[in-house]
Amino acid sequence: MAETTLETPVETHRPRRIKWGAIGDHTVLILGALLMMIPPLLALTTASHDAVTIHREGLQLTLGDNLGKNFHAAMFEKGGFTQTVDGTLMLMNSFILGIGFAMGKIIISMMAAYAIVYFRLRFATLAFWVIFTTLLLPLEVRILPSYEAIQKLGLTNTYTGLIVPLIASATGTFFFRQFFMSVPEELAEAARIDGAGPWKFFVDILVPLSRTMIAAIFIIMFVFGWNQYLWPTLITTDESFFTLVRGIKQIVLSYTDSQIPEHGQALALAIVAMIPPVAIVVFFQNWFVKGLTESDK
Amino acid sequence: MAQVSLEGIRKVYPNGFQAVQTTSFTIQDGEFVVLVGPSGCGKSTLLRMIAGLEEITEGELKIGDRVVNDVDPADRDIAMVFQNYALYPHMTVRKNIGYGLKNRGTPASEIAAKVEDAARMLNLTEYLDRKPAQLSGGQRQRVAMGRAVVRDPALFLFDEPLSNLDAKLRNQMRIEIKALQRRLGTTAVYVTHDQVEAMTMADRIIVLNAGRIEQIGTPSEIYHNPASTFVASFMGAPPMNLIRAEVDQKQVKINGYDALMVASEAFSGPITMGIRPEDVELDAQGQVKFHVDILEELGAHRLLHGRIDDQPFSVMIGKEDTAHTGETRIKLKPEALRLFDKDTGLRL
Amino acid sequence: MKRAGFDNIWLPVALLLPQLMIIAIFFYWPAGWALQSSFYLQDPFGFGSTFVGGENYTSLVGNDQYKRVAGFTIIYSVLVTFFSLAIALLLAVKADKVIRGAKTYRTLLMWVYAIAPPVAGFMGILFFDQSTGPLTKFFQMFGWDFKLGVDYNATATAMVIVAVWKQIPVNFIFFLSGLQSIPRSVREATMIDNRSATGRFWQVTFPLLAPTAFFLLIINITYALFDTFGIIDALMKGEPGNNPMTLVYKVYLDGFRGNDLGGSSAQSVILMVLVLLLTVFQFRLVERRIHYT
Ligand SMILES: Nc1ncnc2c1ncn2[C@@H]1O[C@H](COP(=O)(O)OP(=O)(O)OP(=O)(O)O)[C@@H](O)[C@H]1O
Ligand SMILES: [Mg+2]
Repeated sequence: MAETTLETPVETHRPRRIKWGAIGDHTVLILGALLMMIPPLLALTTASHDAVTIHREGLQLTLGDNLGKNFHAAMFEKGGFTQTVDGTLMLMNSFILGIGFAMGKIIISMMAAYAIVYFRLRFATLAFWVIFTTLLLPLEVRILPSYEAIQKLGLTNTYTGLIVPLIASATGTFFFRQFFMSVPEELAEAARIDGAGPWKFFVDILVPLSRTMIAAIFIIMFVFGWNQYLWPTLITTDESFFTLVRGIKQIVLSYTDSQIPEHGQALALAIVAMIPPVAIVVFFQNWFVKGLTESDK
Repeated sequence: MAQVSLEGIRKVYPNGFQAVQTTSFTIQDGEFVVLVGPSGCGKSTLLRMIAGLEEITEGELKIGDRVVNDVDPADRDIAMVFQNYALYPHMTVRKNIGYGLKNRGTPASEIAAKVEDAARMLNLTEYLDRKPAQLSGGQRQRVAMGRAVVRDPALFLFDEPLSNLDAKLRNQMRIEIKALQRRLGTTAVYVTHDQVEAMTMADRIIVLNAGRIEQIGTPSEIYHNPASTFVASFMGAPPMNLIRAEVDQKQVKINGYDALMVASEAFSGPITMGIRPEDVELDAQGQVKFHVDILEELGAHRLLHGRIDDQPFSVMIGKEDTAHTGETRIKLKPEALRLFDKDTGLRL
Repeated sequence: MKRAGFDNIWLPVALLLPQLMIIAIFFYWPAGWALQSSFYLQDPFGFGSTFVGGENYTSLVGNDQYKRVAGFTIIYSVLVTFFSLAIALLLAVKADKVIRGAKTYRTLLMWVYAIAPPVAGFMGILFFDQSTGPLTKFFQMFGWDFKLGVDYNATATAMVIVAVWKQIPVNFIFFLSGLQSIPRSVREATMIDNRSATGRFWQVTFPLLAPTAFFLLIINITYALFDTFGIIDALMKGEPGNNPMTLVYKVYLDGFRGNDLGGSSAQSVILMVLVLLLTVFQFRLVERRIHYT
């Protein structure tokens, strides 16, 4: 060992130093990954035990044999206060909220951004400011008056009341505006010379060109919609409109209520609430990351 | 096919900047006109007004017999090739070329046939089903050309279509575009800031400077009889030599001591004198002293850069001629001498 | 606007109309209404209201509970922002360095982004469970009788930990993409100029990341202020009692549980001003970023 070091000091020394650094890097990353992975994993393993075990011993490291039973109960047994809602219905409501919000947002904001960027409008600047002021105030800040507005319109416990007010912010419009501005000017000019009117240009050229952007925005908005909590909590009091995330509140309450400690079921429902947004983010992570990092530039 | 005429056309941008001063000229049917000038002189603005992409502030534009000031670009019967090609990135070459026809309601079978024809003409047949991203620069350029020719327009507009290509491809495409335009006989307006392109392609050149036309003429007129010092120094590489001189009793003198040939007009006083480097010869008996600083070897010929007194001056000599740095004497061809006003720069 | 915009009039109006209508009904109307009712005292039973001028605001300033909430919000925001940024930066720097498994690490470190804050809060309840929670036991090892929902400091600690955990992925994604957009040539130049890796990081990489970090700073403050509502609500298990809470939570609490419309509206308006300031700050930053790149 000493001999080789003497003969070729550079060759043996260098790789070893780099290797140590790399081991350090990997250690930090593995610790980080564990930090992020452990809580949901423990939730999953714990969800496979029966209620009594969980109540007495807390989080479980091993897989028990009640996984199927708990998930089945969570998804198909009616629960809540009025016994009207099961996990399947909440799952459906979550999809309605996530997809409805994402689609509504994309359609409405693309149209608005197109109007602002591609038309000679005298009031374009005004429209721009009217729309972009909404970036200033998240829904949480104006939650009470927004709720009152929905109530006056009789939209509580409706999907419209659930979805549309969430769309009332300019994040999507801002994003599409940025993207449209980066599309070369000459493309619209070439299209005009090719005889494409504003509508044709939008449908034939701009929308297909925005495909990846639309996908990215869809993912971000779907996750955002799916994970809404405060607004659904206020707007939906009828349990048949509950989303999974909204239902978490009920789960938490039931968890603290020692009368019916169905912890396994509660955890199962929480896991169901995580799976769709997590799956979409993981599977489409390249689009997602691109959309996230570019939308805010 | 059409004649294009501009009458008193002017452009003021919304921010108040006047990009094109009042301008009038007529482009004949089938003519290839090149707009040339330094960056920012208003070439694109002028072209875009003809295309209908930019509003005309003042004046009248006719394509054929029709006043088109208020006609939509799509209805002007024009086609345009952009510097960055502006191909639709998500469409195949076939769709790109056929898109304009499709928008005009041309039947699908006819579109297919026309696209095939255009592709054959431009050697694009094997690329028809590719997307623009899968093509080389030159091929993209051809697709842009294809998009223009397929519609068989009355007028081609080109905005620096070759400036994104490398030098060799540029030469080749230059010849192809010119040949294509000849064959089709379509009127064309071509914008460039490359004076070699202007010289080689144009039937007529329009030299623009700061939103104003400096000169309109055939390449030969522009080259040999520049209307101003601006044109003289902009067109031709190397540019025309411009030096201070004086006319005294019909004699042109450089710095007072070297009496030269007779000036044709009856004026006197300080002027700017111009002469192209190839119209100067080394001659031990020459009238003018020339100090050579650098000898530039160009293969077919050589350039000598130096000074007449303190004024920069260049001389072009054949590859057989001998030359060396240092003091020498030169002879100026009297008939090649051009005289300009020393203040306005206009031809005297 | 584009150079050669279309001249059509009705199409853009039609295109803008849906967005403008939604904004008018669900943004401007409520916001205006909040501003208005912040100057009124609402009868608790909903029978009319009286104009009280700035009284709702002045009574907030003198309110000890409000001051306490504001104080907690500040500390909470600072801690959440600092720790989530610091941990994410460390992980991003390492993830940018490793060659093997980079993609896997990225996935593992970012997927928590998709978990809803109240779900994260719910998992927090399990980890901080009074009798069985592993983190409760961990703190007990140091002699801290950790009682979630009972002990103010314990609940606050749990809130910060869960909020940090939930925010690491966003910061990680931005830092990583910021690092990856540093041109290769710049990195190579630093390799030649500076022998120490730590030196390289602080003298070159970090300054180049500064715009991203500034931007994330705003994002994180906004997150701590507003988006952690679900975490806070879950961790106090529906029992505000003596528990720590943020300003937004108090707006909700006073407005919906306390039926103090005027007070809640005044709090909303104060928050609006706060966000406004943050956004103005952010816009100036974004502008500068655009100029530089
Ligand atoms: N939309 C606009 N608003 C105001 N000024 C403009 C606008 N577009 C161009 N200009 C100005 O008008 C002048 C002419 O511009 P133009 O694009 O016609 O130049 P160009 O001759 O084509 O130059 P280049 O060779 O660089 O393409 C420039 O000084 C430019 O700054
Ligand atoms: Mg130009």
